[in-house]
Amino acid sequence: MSQISRRGLLKSGIAAGVLSATGMPLMAAPKKGGRLRLGLAGANTSDSWDGRTHSDSFMIMCAHGAVFDCLTEVGADGQLKGELAESWEASADAKTWTFKLRQGVTFHSGKPFGADDVIASLNMHTAEGAKSAAKPIVSAISEMEKISDHEIKMTLAAGNADFPFLLSDYHILMYPAGEIDEAIASGNGTGLYMVESFDPGVRFVGKRFPNHYKDDAGYFDEVEVIAINDASARMNALMTGQVDAVNRVDFKTEALLKANPQIEIFEVTGNQHYTFPMQTGLDPFSDLKVRQALKHAVNRQEMVDKILLGHGKVANDHPIGPANQYFAADLAQNDYDPDKAKALLKEAGLDGLSVDLSAANAAFAGAIDAAQLYQNSAKAAGININVVQEPDDGYWSNVWLKKPWCACYWSGRATEDWMFSTAYETGVPWNDTGWENARFQELLLTARAELDSGKRREMYTEMQMLMSEQGGTVVPMYANYVDAHSTKLANSGTIGNVFQMDSSRMMERWWFA
Amino acid sequence: MAGLLRIIVQRLLLGIVTLFVVSVIIFVAVNALPGDFAEAILGQGATPEAVTAIREQLGLNQNAFTRYFVWLGGVLRGDFGVPLSQALFAGNFGTTATGTEVITVVDQIMPRLRNTLFLAGVSAAIAVPLAVTLGILTALYRNSAFDRSMNVTTLSAISSPEFFIAYVLILFLAVLNPVFPSLSNIFPGMEFSERLNRTMLPALTLTLAVTAQMMRMTRAAIINLLASPYIEMARLKGLSPMRVIVKHALPNALAPIITVIALNLAFLVTGVVVVEVVFVYPGIGQLFVDSVKIRDIPVVQACCLIFAAVYILLNLTADILSIVSNPRLRHPK
Repeated sequence: MSQISRRGLLKSGIAAGVLSATGMPLMAAPKKGGRLRLGLAGANTSDSWDGRTHSDSFMIMCAHGAVFDCLTEVGADGQLKGELAESWEASADAKTWTFKLRQGVTFHSGKPFGADDVIASLNMHTAEGAKSAAKPIVSAISEMEKISDHEIKMTLAAGNADFPFLLSDYHILMYPAGEIDEAIASGNGTGLYMVESFDPGVRFVGKRFPNHYKDDAGYFDEVEVIAINDASARMNALMTGQVDAVNRVDFKTEALLKANPQIEIFEVTGNQHYTFPMQTGLDPFSDLKVRQALKHAVNRQEMVDKILLGHGKVANDHPIGPANQYFAADLAQNDYDPDKAKALLKEAGLDGLSVDLSAANAAFAGAIDAAQLYQNSAKAAGININVVQEPDDGYWSNVWLKKPWCACYWSGRATEDWMFSTAYETGVPWNDTGWENARFQELLLTARAELDSGKRREMYTEMQMLMSEQGGTVVPMYANYVDAHSTKLANSGTIGNVFQMDSSRMMERWWFA
Repeated sequence: MAGLLRIIVQRLLLGIVTLFVVSVIIFVAVNALPGDFAEAILGQGATPEAVTAIREQLGLNQNAFTRYFVWLGGVLRGDFGVPLSQALFAGNFGTTATGTEVITVVDQIMPRLRNTLFLAGVSAAIAVPLAVTLGILTALYRNSAFDRSMNVTTLSAISSPEFFIAYVLILFLAVLNPVFPSLSNIFPGMEFSERLNRTMLPALTLTLAVTAQMMRMTRAAIINLLASPYIEMARLKGLSPMRVIVKHALPNALAPIITVIALNLAFLVTGVVVVEVVFVYPGIGQLFVDSVKIRDIPVVQACCLIFAAVYILLNLTADILSIVSNPRLRHPK
């Protein structure tokens, strides 16, 4: 595996098999058949098959994980592989990308899939009036050219080495050109399962699509996804065997699940993290020493233990997580050190510090408790944190980006560049700290167009270090994805950590043992 | 009889006024909540531009007064509008929205309402006969050990929050002894027996929640009458206690019993929110919760109107039945 250079991988992706065949543990061969029943939180009555609107786990699982496909896919091992694209090539400046599409693929309606569908599907995100979360990705494409039915050339406005990675985003699903509205209404994709019935906010039933090109995936004859937003009801459904797996395990009843020999809990640390962004344009947060003092005044391990009940990891004040490729695991950790915090404040010319911290549980579950833990741990450093409890409703409009210091969460992004440019690039609307650093900005732009993996690792490591040392946000912890399944289910032994439920591909990758 | 008809018409007209007042209150209340649909649906993505765009598209930027009367105008024409969420997605197609039908509030509510009525029906079919029978029996054997234990049991059931009863039932009837499924996800096309089986736990929960009041009212109304001279007469004639109660006391006790039954039936429709959430029952209560969460005002309004209408109609029915069951009211001098 290590023989293949990152550069080679980035410049030309190779479809499925080649990469994943290496280093896989020996497991019992998958068995076909059965009806998988999932009980999922994150369903809404406003759900639809429009990928542009997806933001919660139910639709991400059903659309991205079952009914539709993307051009590329992040494998369970974290490596990028082709889904509807077979392979791709980049020009030296990472500006021009040529994708070769898989041949012989059809939509559930029988319509063959080709380059026109790719162009139409991507254009959905930039159409007038469309409110797509993937708009920034697609609008970076300045030109799309159909070379043949199964080859397409995309030219970007600026070089982006992560481009194929970005196309694996769950919003960028492939729809049939010319009948997109109908496909959204009925759920007509190229995915492993065809829609049998779909009742928004209630239930989805899918049947294995017999003509799917992945024959080493999608082992169930049928899948049923039931919306169970209530945590206790979800746990009950699994305990009483009415579903085979659930997402978002309720930590309060976790012990009961563990005590049941027929149930197994599986958890992964992904990129999901909780933050306390400080607006660096405002006093006292404009002072680097104050920010550093606050970073040393938080007891991270205590937060992981008490807020996440151990289901997480200590984070280091930057937003790159273990599911990212260039996660700098060995960076010096900002630790809890009240004396150091005190000394830093003294350097800033302050005897003590009194600041407001706005929090509501809308920011993340337990945010108010976390703020109070912060308040308590900071006392030892002579810092007086006044926890302001904000209403859940309107939190993101009235508190986040408005109050000088508040609680926030990020589900993380698949690539470093995407994460940084979403919330930490100078001038972007979601930059919740207003932190500006010339070197950071320079590295961001250089790394984006750099295809050499070694160089990118260096640059992204330096960026994580810069943010950790000087940045405007306190990132105390990564929150794990914690799900549970019946022991009747089996998997390859490698579980994806991009998103919950095996990167939302449980229906594709698991089987009944 | 003409008097009765006049009462019905009068009460129906008053009911419409009540519905109007309810709609105003709900509209004001939902508007008073912090945040609106645009902010709720965008969550963290609620940048000022995105919020403004959605508000403009859905007409949420108009003042509350205008919005209310636009909505009211629609309702008077029988058009309950389109859920904000669906309207948003229709506009979000970006391409044309031809070939896809927009889901209206009525489309969204009707199947849920049918499910809720089904649940209410099953619960009522269990609860009403049970409560009345227990009421008669406790009146018959008043102050016996049976009477006391029944009172304690039903009063404990009504004093506990419904979700607690629900979890206790799940524990005993789904987890420890798997008699019924804890998940009541019924769907169209399900066989009736299966549907009934899955509806059983929420129905039992509701039964426990409403039985006490109906039973105690029956018991109290009958006991109240047992001191009357005509009952004494019946007893002196040598009739059995059971016959005295069922034949002589019960008909005169019907009015209060009917009233309390009607109120409890209304509760079976409007009070199901918690129960539906716990059992994942796809009824109107769950839809209501989901819609309030995203401030989908047209759906919230329609749900409230349905709840209010159920109350008004059942109260009206109760009053009419009380009149019909009471000869003195039926034939006023």
